[in-house]
Amino acid sequence: MCQVYLWNYPLYIRSVPTENELQFHYMLHTSLDVVDEKISAMGKALVDQRELYLGLLYPTEDYKVYGYVTNSKVKFVMVVDSSNTALRDNEIRSMFRKLHSSYTDVMCNPFYTPGDRIQSRAFDSMVTAMMIQVC
Amino acid sequence: MDAPEEPLPPVIYTMENKPIVTCAGDPNLFTSVYPTLSQQLPREPMEWRRSYGRAPKMIHLESNFVQFKEELLPKEGNRALLTFPFLHIYWTECCDTEVYKATVKDDLTKWQNVLKAHSSVDWLIVVVENDAKKKNKTNILPRTSIVDKIRNDFCNKQSDRCVVLSDPLKDSSRAQESWSAFLTKLRTLLLMSFTKNLGKFEDDMRTLREKRTEPGWSFCDYFMVQEELAFVFEMLQQFEDALVQYDELDALFSQYVVNFGAGDGANWLTFFCQPVKSWNGLILRKPIDMEKRELIQRQEATLLDLRSYLFSRQCTLLLFLQRPWEVAQRALELLHSCVQELKLLEVSVPPGALDCWVFLSCLEVLQRIEGCCDRAQIDSNIAHTVGLWSYATEKLKSLGYLCGLVSEQGPDSEDLNRTVDLLAGLGAERPETANTAQSPYKKLKEALSSVEAFEKHYLDLSCATIEMYTSIGRTRSAKFLGKDLAAFYMRKGCPQKAEAYLQGALKSYLAEGWALPVTHTRKQLAGCQKHLGQIENYLQTSSLLASDQHLPEDEREYFCREILSFASQQADSPGHRVVLPMHSLAHLRALRFSPASAVVHVGGALAVEMTVCSRMPVPVPLEQLAVSVHFSIEKGSCRKPAEWLTKHGAASGTVSFPPEPSALPASQSSLPALELHEVLERSPSDHSLSSAGIICKNVHMLLRRQEGAAALEVAAGLALEDGAHVLRCSGVTLQPGANTVTFRTQAKEPGTYTLRQLRASLGPVCFVLPHIYPPVQYDVYSQEPQLHVEPLADSLLAGIPQKVKFTVTTGHYTVKNGDSLQLSNVEAMLILCPAENRAVIYSNTREKASDASLRIQSSDKVTSISLPAAPAYHLIEFELEVLSLPSAPAAGGESTVPGMTEPPRKHKDTQQAGPCMATTDHKVSIDCPWSIYSTVIALTFRVPFGTSHALLSAGTRKYVQVRVQNLSELDFQLADARLADTADGPDLRLVPLNTEPRQRIHSKQAVFFVWELKWTREPPPSLHCRFSVRFCPASEEQLSVSLKPYTYEFQVENFFTLYSVKAEVSPPAGTEHCRTGALCSLEVCITRLSGLLEADQDEALTGSDEYFSTKLMYEVVDNSSNWAVCGKSSGVISMPAAAQATHRVHMEVLPLFAGYLPLPDVRLFKYLPHHSAHASQLDADSWIENDSLSLDKHGDDQLDSSSLRSRGSVHSTASSEHKGLPMPRLQALPPGQVFNSSAGTQVLVVPSRDDHVLEVSVT
Repeated sequence: MCQVYLWNYPLYIRSVPTENELQFHYMLHTSLDVVDEKISAMGKALVDQRELYLGLLYPTEDYKVYGYVTNSKVKFVMVVDSSNTALRDNEIRSMFRKLHSSYTDVMCNPFYTPGDRIQSRAFDSMVTAMMIQVC
Repeated sequence: MDAPEEPLPPVIYTMENKPIVTCAGDPNLFTSVYPTLSQQLPREPMEWRRSYGRAPKMIHLESNFVQFKEELLPKEGNRALLTFPFLHIYWTECCDTEVYKATVKDDLTKWQNVLKAHSSVDWLIVVVENDAKKKNKTNILPRTSIVDKIRNDFCNKQSDRCVVLSDPLKDSSRAQESWSAFLTKLRTLLLMSFTKNLGKFEDDMRTLREKRTEPGWSFCDYFMVQEELAFVFEMLQQFEDALVQYDELDALFSQYVVNFGAGDGANWLTFFCQPVKSWNGLILRKPIDMEKRELIQRQEATLLDLRSYLFSRQCTLLLFLQRPWEVAQRALELLHSCVQELKLLEVSVPPGALDCWVFLSCLEVLQRIEGCCDRAQIDSNIAHTVGLWSYATEKLKSLGYLCGLVSEQGPDSEDLNRTVDLLAGLGAERPETANTAQSPYKKLKEALSSVEAFEKHYLDLSCATIEMYTSIGRTRSAKFLGKDLAAFYMRKGCPQKAEAYLQGALKSYLAEGWALPVTHTRKQLAGCQKHLGQIENYLQTSSLLASDQHLPEDEREYFCREILSFASQQADSPGHRVVLPMHSLAHLRALRFSPASAVVHVGGALAVEMTVCSRMPVPVPLEQLAVSVHFSIEKGSCRKPAEWLTKHGAASGTVSFPPEPSALPASQSSLPALELHEVLERSPSDHSLSSAGIICKNVHMLLRRQEGAAALEVAAGLALEDGAHVLRCSGVTLQPGANTVTFRTQAKEPGTYTLRQLRASLGPVCFVLPHIYPPVQYDVYSQEPQLHVEPLADSLLAGIPQKVKFTVTTGHYTVKNGDSLQLSNVEAMLILCPAENRAVIYSNTREKASDASLRIQSSDKVTSISLPAAPAYHLIEFELEVLSLPSAPAAGGESTVPGMTEPPRKHKDTQQAGPCMATTDHKVSIDCPWSIYSTVIALTFRVPFGTSHALLSAGTRKYVQVRVQNLSELDFQLADARLADTADGPDLRLVPLNTEPRQRIHSKQAVFFVWELKWTREPPPSLHCRFSVRFCPASEEQLSVSLKPYTYEFQVENFFTLYSVKAEVSPPAGTEHCRTGALCSLEVCITRLSGLLEADQDEALTGSDEYFSTKLMYEVVDNSSNWAVCGKSSGVISMPAAAQATHRVHMEVLPLFAGYLPLPDVRLFKYLPHHSAHASQLDADSWIENDSLSLDKHGDDQLDSSSLRSRGSVHSTASSEHKGLPMPRLQALPPGQVFNSSAGTQVLVVPSRDDHVLEVSVT
């Protein structure tokens, strides 16, 4: 399982297990295509109550890639092992919300420059906790 | 439309089914009505209300009318729905009671009994009425019509089960009405039957499903049951509902698989776990794949079979629903989940089998979709299908790798065996596609047949997919596929084709800052470039990889050694140079100048200490590290170091460089900050705030499309600058991490040097940092030698030795031994040459370098100072003592009475600030060894004393007073004060009254000396005196040099007393004291004390032969307004030039105040007539009264300057008017000639007694 928070370049990437990290990176990178596509499609539909959760971006044989985008277009992408059937849409959605609020905390830090890589320890431990919970 | 008689075939091949309605009764009648009926029935929709809260639907009903047979009725337990007759209709045309009773009733009863036996309640009896027939039987009463009878006989309480259809074949309104009513009834009944029967079916089905936990339950059985329902819905054109049935089956199955994975296995599922033996892909071209269906029915289907069948059904229904894109999406999900499920169920699958299955399925789905959509539709929906394309490509690729088709050698025997196995699993091609040239089956078979065919198919597929991705803007995915393609090309040994793809991908990763993909892609690129022999590019990539922290240490070392070995190989063959960017080798962290100011003089040494962080994993021995320097001659020559330092804020001379930009793309990090401004809008009418907000002023900058930072990797901009000025440092080995490299240079030409490029050369390899930013520069200046001479103290004092500091700034001139300063001597200034004099040499930074003794040689004209040898850009400092001799003739004239010559206003100032010192300037011209021109230096000396003299009289005795004022800050010791007559007449003696031989004169204080003048003979009219006094600073009694005394020359004229004036105020007669307001008499007595003297020889002297007289004017003035002079206050008298000649004048004065009043002043002037003739005629008083006279006063007359000035203002105007007229002139007598013997006397004035008003003046 792997997560990123990014504009178009990664602000934070974390993956468990680490041995396949490169593959995750490639996957995350390509998933941005779909995120972009979904965002632009979302822009066209004039929905007031914008749903931040983008849903399943695209499935691959082994992984499922989910996306989430904040109103300021910060993208959250989560890659989950396909065999992990315990993770339904609702769980993913709530995980994204948790991430979003944690990210908001990071942004509220006056010493954090938006656009820098996230090095917050609090954020780190939150992500770790979340990953332990799922895996 | 089937003929009514034909029996239904038991097997359903198509979905051209309609619900079955049986017809009994008169077949001929039905045949006649049938065309209209079948045409009219579906014409109008009917609302179908459904159970279980499902939404009602409008439905167009169609039916398949078949002749009633008992076999059609389902037996107990048979749940087939498709063959189920939903409605039974009995047709009769009978209108005759007799006939009814005879045949029809029996027939109906039999029919009803059969239905009842099968518990079928969905029936209808149709009675067709014909007008023509009715007319023949007129006797029939309507009441007892056949319809009533039938209703009575059969439809107890269900009268609606019998309908009348009137004149069905006629085109009358009545017939139409009747039809319409009949059709509505028919539809209603049909729907009722559907609802009832389907509801029952569903209930049964649900019951069956609830039993799924029971041991004997079979999914396949259940599948068949639910599919039956789906078929019915499909038959009713309710595809949505049909799809739901399949989706439910799908979900149920999936759930079982998941549960199985969780350890909760169902027995029946184990069957699906049998090894996969066939992988021939999805079949979507038939609405129902009966082969697979039978397998399921027989419970022999594998997982893939079941999934394939299920999906084919879903696909069919989705296509009916016009949702081809959902097919594509579901297909992808299906394929993924199948792969997952097989894994989960641990089904043994031969390697590559799934790849085949997925590949075939992808292509099948795509072809199916293409078959039902036009090109434009497909093109606009690439986003939905591209996933399948990409999946197919991926699978074909892995097949290719598996079967050894992606290598230069081609497949080996093992590969071939595997290929054969795989092909065997495909089975034979299906008949539906046998004639299609591009069928997935043929494609796969061909692709696996040979290396070339595989390449063709793989490239076709890849390129098509990449194109699709690109066209819908999924560039990242396209790049990723391109990377796969590149890897393929590399395997095939075509690196030139791979390179473009790798570069493209790398660019994209770099632009978006993905470090790991960048590293990985670079590594691939390096391999590619090595193959291609692109040495320069390869080295560049290698250098980047060697410095890449994401790469393991050993790989980094490998790439680093690649560079090093290249450099050592090519070291012999010069010429070709490989230029690489510096940032991959090292990062310039800091730079420090020594001296810290970064300003050096020409020829000075400059050190630049660079801190360079090597990014290489191993030590890199560099041949040379060089900084090319741009030189510019700056007009302002040398900037001030202090200014430079404050500008750069680096007091230590250290310039720190920003850390290398992180992996963030450059475009992002260089974004400008938001410029936010507050905006308040006020309504124009009442100025109230209508809106407030914040706007961003540089939106255009921020929202600009961010160009990929393409220039990041490009080395094209790396040009070697070959300037003439280069700082070099050879043989440096860069250790990993921070290194300090020091460049040393000798400053040559003056100007500004800017460090431009940093380059490290390693054989032919050259790492270049094209621009050192922020700009760093140092300055070289050149300076002319200079000589400064300045007094050590604030000012130089004349007359005593004073120290003067000489500073020689050598500049670019080197002072050699024997160089000397030649000072041209000035007479009045001595340069004192002490025996030992030392000069100190300082370096440019004011550090003491050495000191040396100074040799000074003096001749009468020139003083020569030989300078100690000193290098360029040093300072030589030494001190000399100079002594300004008082310039003899000037002293007396210069300092007459201080302040007297000054204008009145200035006079006042100087009185407050003290008199200023007289100055003397001495100009010294110095010849310096470095210049042919002499330097002229002016030294200003101040005379420390101010002197004034005064002549004092006591009757005829005369005294000379000399006042010496010390103007300096020093205390002096005065000694040997002398006053001498320069004329040195024997008859004149100057007797000093000073008792002290030595006197101390403190700073800013004065000392007075008095001499009495004594003469034996008639004194000369003027006396020339010279005052001289020896002085030395009080602090240093012992001086090495003898100092010249201070002299002061002055002249005293007419010092002999000629007249004595005596004034006396006497109280009025009879009173003892003067009283205010009472006239007193003033008696002035003017006495001449000597006979005719030389001093008298002027115009005022008149007379002839022996009798001479001088015309004098007296004047009584009271400046303090104590007295009022009554009557004439002045007059002209003629005084004989003889001793003891006396003139008395009486006048009356009135004291105005009481007290001791000083007497009014009596002044005496020489009266000089312009013409003696006129003068005698003039009344002395008249000029006062008519103002026709002006006073020609001498400037140095001090006596009554104030009183005269008060009048002078009047007279001066008058005088200008009367210019040219002969006028008498007044001349003040020199102070020494008049002695006022009553000066200082006071008279007591008492207040008047009868004065009631007492005036007291307080002054």
